[in-house]
Amino acid sequence: MHYSIVSLVRNALSGHRHWPPAWREPEPKPDYDVVIVGGGGHGLSTAYYLAREHDIRNVAVLEKSWLGSGNVGRNTTIIRSNYLLAGNNPFYEFSLKLWEGLEQEFNFNAMVSQRGIVNLFHSDAQRDAAARRGNAMRLHGVDAELLDRDGVRRILPFLNFDNGRFPIMGGLLQRRGGTVRHDAVAWGYARGADSNGVDIIQNCEVTGIRIDNGRAIGVETTKGFIGCRKLALAGAGNSSELARMAGLKLPIESHVLQAFVTEGLKPYLDMVVTFGMGHFYMSQSDKGGLVFGGDIDGYNSYARRGNMPTVEHVLEGGVAIIPGLSRIRVLRSWGGIMDMSMDGSPIIDATPLDGLYLNCGWCYGGFKATPASGWCFAHLIATGQTHKLAASYRLDRFRRGATIDERGAGAQPNLH
Amino acid sequence: MLIDCPYCGERLSEEFTILGDATKQRPAGSGASDIDAWYDYVFIRDNPKGRHREYWQHTGGCRAWLVVERDTLTHQVYAVTPARDASA
Repeated sequence: MHYSIVSLVRNALSGHRHWPPAWREPEPKPDYDVVIVGGGGHGLSTAYYLAREHDIRNVAVLEKSWLGSGNVGRNTTIIRSNYLLAGNNPFYEFSLKLWEGLEQEFNFNAMVSQRGIVNLFHSDAQRDAAARRGNAMRLHGVDAELLDRDGVRRILPFLNFDNGRFPIMGGLLQRRGGTVRHDAVAWGYARGADSNGVDIIQNCEVTGIRIDNGRAIGVETTKGFIGCRKLALAGAGNSSELARMAGLKLPIESHVLQAFVTEGLKPYLDMVVTFGMGHFYMSQSDKGGLVFGGDIDGYNSYARRGNMPTVEHVLEGGVAIIPGLSRIRVLRSWGGIMDMSMDGSPIIDATPLDGLYLNCGWCYGGFKATPASGWCFAHLIATGQTHKLAASYRLDRFRRGATIDERGAGAQPNLH
Repeated sequence: MLIDCPYCGERLSEEFTILGDATKQRPAGSGASDIDAWYDYVFIRDNPKGRHREYWQHTGGCRAWLVVERDTLTHQVYAVTPARDASA
């Protein structure tokens, strides 16, 4: 069903009792051309673009829980393309361009809001780094503006500009950055994929990968064996566990990242602000809650919940830069499991096994990449060729010494 | 999360700093033929869901290097030993 003003009026007149489900709930078929493991944003967008761009529609997406229960529903919904390195920037800019047309493309309101994102800096050296990043962005055709102290004060007057340790000297602004309603991204891609013939199978956990003569031929699941000609893994957080089923080891550690939301407020913060030195960033949801987070807890974890020291650290960082936060109550906190790769950048590649493809290592930056990740992964699965925008995201780059280390932290995943 | 330091007793995890996986063995050689061993040592991780041996330092206490055996799914700490006693 196409959503439009006409469908809205018609259903309003019948009391909204006749909306059809947004996607089917099929039982799995015995086999598919492509099976995608992981019904998060990346798996669903991959299925969508396989159908739409490559006309491959005999596809199943297997989700171990309910759709949207993983990282696609646990992130802080930020989109941006303010990357420094040449291997990253064109990919994320393409993703931002896909976000800009996404709602019309898949006929679903994902509440894409380009409200802007500003990264604060606090020293001469940090200003130089921000200027360098901004220049790199502009050389790639991406918008970037360097704000001085007064420029930041004009848009965010309630920040603590004279923090003793980190006085605000300015910020790097990307106006096209912003937020998206993350659940709607999962739902929109799911609905779009489903209407193009993709089977989305929820509550179907993959327990094994069947390999025959060096070729992935299907998966063992809690709903029985499902055969396939091509198998695509997009199970971020659990990528190492999935790869182990195929006998592969990855350059990835799983870490927990926490996020938080406060009680609802009247409009207060009309953009995304990041206070990197205080390990803190925040935006305000359309519902009014302040959505914020910080860095990962720092130890390997599959627990989907963090510990108090990080909670306190994030809140201290927040109050240091926005003193007004001290009077606001936090409603909820939660954790998601990040694939922390060894250089802080993702992997979209084929594997040494025939017919097995890998999409993983998104660290804590996977949400903004959802459209481009699916686009490039679908291209790889359909054509067997790496998409040029993902040319740097090869699995063997660590072996070749061609890492993409945006943070410059080295092979220490908890520092990226 | 509490970590039972063999020297200081049970302390909050925030007194400690994690380095990472304690199962990786630094390769002995550094020639061209050792590159695969170095690749494995620097980049590849088992990343288990469950029991995991990792290096922590008691930076906010006695500064000793420790090997902590911990569950990555429940955060339960099973054993803490001084790193010098835990090698190999």
